[in-house]
Amino acid sequence: MIGFISPQNLREQGVLGINQRNTDYIMRYNPRHLYPLVDDKLQTKSLAISAGIEVPKLYSKIAINNEINSLDTLLEQHDQVVIKPSHGSGGNGILVLGGKIGKFYKTAGGDLISLNSIKHYVSNILSGMYSLGGLSDTAFLEYRVQFDPVFNNISFKGVPDIRIIVFKGVPVSAMIRLPTSKSGGKANLHQGVIGVGINLNTGRTTHAVIGNSPIAIHPDTGHVINDLQIPKWQKILKIAIKCADTVGLGYLGVDIVLDSELGPLMLELNARPGLNVQLANQQGLQHNLAKIEQLENIPQSIDERIVLAETLLLN
Amino acid sequence: MHRTPVIFWSVLFVVIGMAIFLHKTIQLDYPLVADKETEAWTVQARLSFDTNKRNIKAMLYIPNVTPGYSKLEEYYISGKFGLNAKKANDNKTANWAIRKAEGKQTLYYRTTVTKTGAASKWATVPDYPDAPRFEEPYATAISKIIEDVRRQSADTYSFTYELINQLKSSDANENISLIRGLADSNHEIADLVIKLLSVAHIPTRKLWVIGLTDAANNAHPRVLIQAYNGDEWLTFDPKDGSAGIPANHLVWKVGDAPFYEVNNGKNVELQFSVTKSYIELLDVAKQNAKQTSSFLGGLTLFALPVQSQNTYSLLLMVPLGALLVVFMRTFIGIQTFGTFMPILIAVAFRETQLFWGIILFTGIVFVGLLIRFYLEHLRLLLIPRLTVILVVVVTLMLVISLITSQFGVDRLLSISLFPMVILAMTIERMSITWEENGAQAALSQGLGSLVVASFGYLLMASEHLSYLMFVFPESLLVILGVCLAMGRYTGYRLSELIRFREMKSAPKNKS
Repeated sequence: MIGFISPQNLREQGVLGINQRNTDYIMRYNPRHLYPLVDDKLQTKSLAISAGIEVPKLYSKIAINNEINSLDTLLEQHDQVVIKPSHGSGGNGILVLGGKIGKFYKTAGGDLISLNSIKHYVSNILSGMYSLGGLSDTAFLEYRVQFDPVFNNISFKGVPDIRIIVFKGVPVSAMIRLPTSKSGGKANLHQGVIGVGINLNTGRTTHAVIGNSPIAIHPDTGHVINDLQIPKWQKILKIAIKCADTVGLGYLGVDIVLDSELGPLMLELNARPGLNVQLANQQGLQHNLAKIEQLENIPQSIDERIVLAETLLLN
Repeated sequence: MHRTPVIFWSVLFVVIGMAIFLHKTIQLDYPLVADKETEAWTVQARLSFDTNKRNIKAMLYIPNVTPGYSKLEEYYISGKFGLNAKKANDNKTANWAIRKAEGKQTLYYRTTVTKTGAASKWATVPDYPDAPRFEEPYATAISKIIEDVRRQSADTYSFTYELINQLKSSDANENISLIRGLADSNHEIADLVIKLLSVAHIPTRKLWVIGLTDAANNAHPRVLIQAYNGDEWLTFDPKDGSAGIPANHLVWKVGDAPFYEVNNGKNVELQFSVTKSYIELLDVAKQNAKQTSSFLGGLTLFALPVQSQNTYSLLLMVPLGALLVVFMRTFIGIQTFGTFMPILIAVAFRETQLFWGIILFTGIVFVGLLIRFYLEHLRLLLIPRLTVILVVVVTLMLVISLITSQFGVDRLLSISLFPMVILAMTIERMSITWEENGAQAALSQGLGSLVVASFGYLLMASEHLSYLMFVFPESLLVILGVCLAMGRYTGYRLSELIRFREMKSAPKNKS
């Protein structure tokens, strides 16, 4: 039995649909020539570094098949490492290595894979298996985030990431995505990840959904997810705003991870952020977006914008 | 503010498309349904004569202006004669000539006509005639009659009508009786009426018509009278004075001249025969368009060679399928592999029919996926791997064809049209989705593709739609307009009404 919700009900709650997101927000506020800045994660990274935004350290790039053999030495130096396609979309193609056991490497999901498998994996990335449109791609290795212990109880194997939607430089909605055993340690919402809404003012978690359904406790750890304080929340908001200012996209999704030592690090940006943040928060985006759209001018300073978000978006 | 131009273009395209469509259906009588038949009449004039001389010329009047009817085709059987058809005012003549011929000669002219709403225009504008002279006592009687009739009429129409009626009336006065003695037959009455009208300085002429009755092997032309009122030719039947060309009559010629003229021929005979037949309405419409020299009618796909026609009848269905995909994705929210992959699959289904198409698609994708999962262990580079899948797909198709031909199932032989590259890409994408997003996502997208392809097939296989698209290619403009409008749809997708169903229980304030 499939349940339906009436369009009127959704409209009253201000839920944004994909069609409207595309036409009224992405097409209007995200100039296409800026897309490469966020679609190419290496570009995003260097842009962020030059703007003083902290990101996971880049270890190495692999651009051609010949360079794959350098993995031998690279993995000797760093066995805690994340391998990513530069043009991957939706969290696809990310391989997290959590240390070497004998001849094998441990993945985030707990499997053991050989060096050859890793090389094949990287070669797939280079041939464009994970890139949009199948164009050939570059792989890169970066620092593996050691996630903050605050998430120990509500995260299974992978790194939780915080997604903040920033509209015209003002944060409008936030959530944290918790990996589960089903998601294999990846933080992509369509793979069994738990999405947890975050109150923008307080940085406390609100509701949680898995897929499209509400959930109260983490299925793997058994801990309650709601009403958890995200540490360094103000700093996270500032990073998100700074990212929006740096890339110049009007409707942006900023993904941030919390490292236990380094604090919040910007992981990647998204010019077409998904809509599940609405389910996680049990609140539609549209009312807030409309409020910001009506503002004649938006303050320059980041602190003022955080205050603006707090006052504007409370009700 | 952003929406106005899109709506403007959208409406513009739809209106232009619809206008052309309506013009073609209403004014040019294009039928909306294929194979609709209508009555047509084939009229044949057979001119035969004996000769054993040189320099033989034969002239035959043939229809030119045909009010109420349009000529679908006309052809001549001329034997060894040279033929030359000439138009002169409201008439047209077929002129045959030969330097030397012996024995009985037979020449044919044949035309097929069908009823049409289009009004024909007479080209001739006559001069006002001089009054003919009559001897007494006729002269006095005629001027009396003219005086009487003029008193009882208002214009050329009523004058002519009244005149014919008085000549025909049973309780005629002396003058009429006297004049009536001049004419017996309808032909003579027609002559008489023409003479009397000339006395009143009304331009006149004779109009010859052939009655259209089925299987009339020896039809005789009838004479009608036309009177010119300074603006147009009015037609009257001298038999009863009724106005207009009688129903089911085809105008053959105007004027007094004989129907034919043969130099150096003897025993000349002219025979008219009429047969009824049925022809496709579309042919009628095409012919109408040609005759009214409509620009739009000229822009028909039927002008293309037959092979191109077949290609286009298929190609024109593709935008329709694409429209369905737009609808399925933007309004319903069905996910498919590749935007237009389902249409290509649907095109392939046209050959295999739906049931076998689905079986084949599922079968090939299933086996392809199994092989693709094995290939994962071989660690091939992307492009070689895709090529391997392509070869596997082609091999599968070959095997299926070979096996089914053994069992005599012809239908599956036509799977050659299955877009193998598309199938290979589908298998590759499906396996990646399978690994990345799980079996459920892969299967639901695969199913979505199949559902859209099936609907696309049902749409594109519709003969009626295919006919409409082919005969009215301006529908493309309408599709364009609709697509533009759908491109600005910002409402929810049906799938979102399910996705966000849990928003129902949302408390209004969350802090």
